[in-house]
Amino acid sequence: MMGKKDSKKDDESGGSNPFRHLEKAAVLQETRTFNETPINAKKCCLILTKILYMINQGEHLAPTEATQAFFAMTKLFQSKDVMLRRMLYLCIKEMANIANDVIIVTSSLTKDMTGKEDIYRGPAIRALCRITDNTMLQSIERYMKQAIVDKSPSVSSAALVSSLHLMKQGPEVVKRWVNEVSEAVNSDNVMVQYHALGLLYQIKKNDKLAITKLVSKFSKSSLRSPFAYCFLIRVAARQLEEEKDGFDKTLFDFVESCLRHKSEMVIYEAASAIVSLRCTTSKELVSAIGVLQLLCNSPKPSLRYAAVKTLNKISISHPAAVTACNIDLENLITDQNRSIATLAITTLLKTGNESGVDRLMKQIATFMSEISDEFKIVVVEAIQSLCSKFPRKHNVMMTFLASMLREDGGFEYKKAIVNTIIVIIEENPEAREIGLSHLCEFIEDCEFLPLATRILHLLGREGPRTTTPAKYIRYIYNRVILESAEVRAAAVSALAKFGASSDDLLPSILVLLNRSKLDEDDEVRDRATFFYDILSQNDKALSSAYILNTLNVSPVSLERALLQYNQHVTEKPFDIKVVPTIEVEIHKPSGETLLPSSTKPTEKPTASRQDLYMEQLSAIPEFAHLGPLFKSSSPVELTEPETEYNVKCIKHTFTNYIVFQFDCLNTLNDQLLEDVVVKLDTADGYEIISYKQCAKLPYNTLGIAYTLVKIPDDPSQVVATFGCNMKFKVKDCDPNTGEPDNEEGYEDEYGLENVEINVSDHVQKVLKPNFGASWEEVGDANELEDTYALSMPSLEEAIKNIIQFMGLQPCERSERAPEGKNSHVLLLAGIYRGGHDVLVRAKLAFNDGGVAMQLTIRSSDSIVPQVIAQAVG
Amino acid sequence: MEPSLYTVKAILILDNDGNRLAGKYFDNQFTSIKEQLDFEKLLFSKTHKANSEIIMLDNLTIVYRSIIDLFFYVIGSTSDNEIMLSSVLNCLYDSVSQILRKNIEKKNLIDHLDAILLAIDEICDNGILLETDPSAISQRVSLKDEVPLGEQTVMDVVKSARDQLKWSILR
Repeated sequence: MMGKKDSKKDDESGGSNPFRHLEKAAVLQETRTFNETPINAKKCCLILTKILYMINQGEHLAPTEATQAFFAMTKLFQSKDVMLRRMLYLCIKEMANIANDVIIVTSSLTKDMTGKEDIYRGPAIRALCRITDNTMLQSIERYMKQAIVDKSPSVSSAALVSSLHLMKQGPEVVKRWVNEVSEAVNSDNVMVQYHALGLLYQIKKNDKLAITKLVSKFSKSSLRSPFAYCFLIRVAARQLEEEKDGFDKTLFDFVESCLRHKSEMVIYEAASAIVSLRCTTSKELVSAIGVLQLLCNSPKPSLRYAAVKTLNKISISHPAAVTACNIDLENLITDQNRSIATLAITTLLKTGNESGVDRLMKQIATFMSEISDEFKIVVVEAIQSLCSKFPRKHNVMMTFLASMLREDGGFEYKKAIVNTIIVIIEENPEAREIGLSHLCEFIEDCEFLPLATRILHLLGREGPRTTTPAKYIRYIYNRVILESAEVRAAAVSALAKFGASSDDLLPSILVLLNRSKLDEDDEVRDRATFFYDILSQNDKALSSAYILNTLNVSPVSLERALLQYNQHVTEKPFDIKVVPTIEVEIHKPSGETLLPSSTKPTEKPTASRQDLYMEQLSAIPEFAHLGPLFKSSSPVELTEPETEYNVKCIKHTFTNYIVFQFDCLNTLNDQLLEDVVVKLDTADGYEIISYKQCAKLPYNTLGIAYTLVKIPDDPSQVVATFGCNMKFKVKDCDPNTGEPDNEEGYEDEYGLENVEINVSDHVQKVLKPNFGASWEEVGDANELEDTYALSMPSLEEAIKNIIQFMGLQPCERSERAPEGKNSHVLLLAGIYRGGHDVLVRAKLAFNDGGVAMQLTIRSSDSIVPQVIAQAVG
Repeated sequence: MEPSLYTVKAILILDNDGNRLAGKYFDNQFTSIKEQLDFEKLLFSKTHKANSEIIMLDNLTIVYRSIIDLFFYVIGSTSDNEIMLSSVLNCLYDSVSQILRKNIEKKNLIDHLDAILLAIDEICDNGILLETDPSAISQRVSLKDEVPLGEQTVMDVVKSARDQLKWSILR
């Protein structure tokens, strides 16, 4: 054996590594031994091992060095030594991407691949396919086809797997081998079956029907390989997931039947497929959960891990079903494997009740330091969902999160904690002060700039509203002294917000800002100077507009508007009001995906939905003169589901016009529609300007027709209802080709539901972070006040309806009615068509059976308050 | 996620200091050698104390097993079937065990590194699981020039006995 000589010497040092200190040059020098005759197989084998070890350790070989060594290696094909030949294949594969002209060994490998020695054939095929390219593939095609159906499993597997690799470069040639591959699926060898099935799927994957057939065929002819079963389950699950309406019962039955397979691997695959399918009903879920429950008690850690991971994943979507496993999960809390314990605890946290929280948190605190960052994030996210479930527990959670913040951790982990604290602060006013003080402490020693700036922004927004805003200023000003420019700029902005909100603090803030006016960074200096000047005016309206409630436009739209403005020579100043405001993001309560997924989300600014519409509409010449798009409504269905034609309407509001966009879908495969147009009945002062028809509407292709109407000149007239009728020319056609049978069609029409224009179509939601300041800024010049009695069963219901009718954005989280109280103040803000600010304050009081509302509307325009009031009246 | 046979992202054998003895990455998640080594360092630090068989790290599922001074790892994505990964690990371990005639320790592994590399190549080809039957693997690796156990020299037997005794004391 090769190392035996050294072994005695090295014995004392406890098995040192003879490859440890290899010199690249020396090893490459040794390749000269390959030229000696007769070939010393053992010696050469050792040299090849050294080369492999070197590449393995990450040693970089230059192409010329590699090529030289590679050419020397080709001599070794003369030797008959089995080990040497096999090592040679390995080296060829390793060097395939480093050395040049590797194709010179093609003929030697082809000879081995077609030879008699089975032990050479498989590896030779794999090595050959690694160095081959599409053009050369043709020449070995015949051998590959034979190899796929070879009776030796190693040869057949090698050919199938290599074909799978080859599919990446050129699927066309491999697709011609489909018959051989289908034959190989019937092999007795489990691995061959698995590989053949995988390749068959790759070949047919674009043909949905063929895949469905494939699954149902092999689900009946019981496969031998558990691996093949797992793969087939994945294929079936994907197929089920893609079918939108009405899933295939046979596919599902197949997956379900796999729950009773004898291999644990297959059982688990089937269970995890069932629980993550959308179409699973609670009855089917029970058997799958039962399987996972059994796996939870397995002696093997990987089985327990798999089971608890899957349970954790579905603990949000199906909490009730997971509760059945609570006892088993309790047992896993003290599992030796910390990953399993963490998953078990977080699952319990998500499904459990309030009383258990303290105990579980204490348990998890004991080993928090031992688990990896990923799992810490899982814990943090579980805490977040707990806090919204049990707001009263925020004290325990906050303390826990604060101690986690103090420990070491990566950016993602710290970000998750900070996010969670911010969410808690926003959801629970009681937790605000304590949360803010934890965050203040964190930024004192925070290495992650994005987090520091984010926290400073939050402090600027929330700090002034606390009982003692002054105490935060010290923390913020410390940043101005100590941090980099990015953080200093954020800190200056935060300081300005304190100054704008509080008269008491204003003099001190002015002193602090004055110091920053000499900052070495441009941005910091500019901000400080800007804020200093605004604040020293001591004008509430100014500070509201420029410090507390700043611009709300989407950057993409602003860029486009500025570009347009620059293209025309004009005397007029740029009007910021024409830029569409950014759509307020709907805050979704934390839900799905509590395990880190394998796909990393790429964060980049995307154009908003409205920007996309803007692009579409401005491409149509008829609509070019309409000006900037103000608002696009969400789609409204104008047809019943499951009818011949499917029509959705989207309303695009411009300053003086409204464009109706009708998305039409033809669901009849024997009809071709032409010249589709949606006729509107004129109503309530609206004037129809033009129709833009959809020239052709073939089966199952989305077509768009537009109708343009002018908004009445009378500004108080905004609400309207239009009758809709779709008119078109029908041509019968062949369902298969889509070609019309004859050129002559006939006219037809199809009644649609009415389209309504509401007040909410004329306003855009805008979030005012500081409502009070904006309220004063707009002033009471155009104020309208009135009292209403609404017949609503509860405060929540009333709030929901008011928001919906007015289409305004609730501010200061006033959309949430306090529990157990009978009165509430709802604050709404938005922009009316034409760029007028609208602010609404609705004081609500609930007394048996009805809600009394005192409504106050302020706006920068005199007509707007009346229009808004119409929404309620 | 599209069903695929590419399940194994990497196979690693590390020594008891966390140094790589043999290893192969089949995925481009870690492109540079530095990233690979950093990952291995992290992995080793998380696994060398607690022998708990499975861990999730860097969005990867890793099954592992250690004996004396060797650590075996099989790495897959988090969406992979953990049981499948663990069958790959068992196959790797059992194959190595057969090749080394149950005497699994670093020195012996290095002496047979050629056969070990061949075995890894037979277990997994570029990320696709090739074979999971350890006896098939060791048959394919075929150590014809091996001395059968009965014909080992006295020196060898004494050495192997001494090694095993030493490790049992150390443990």
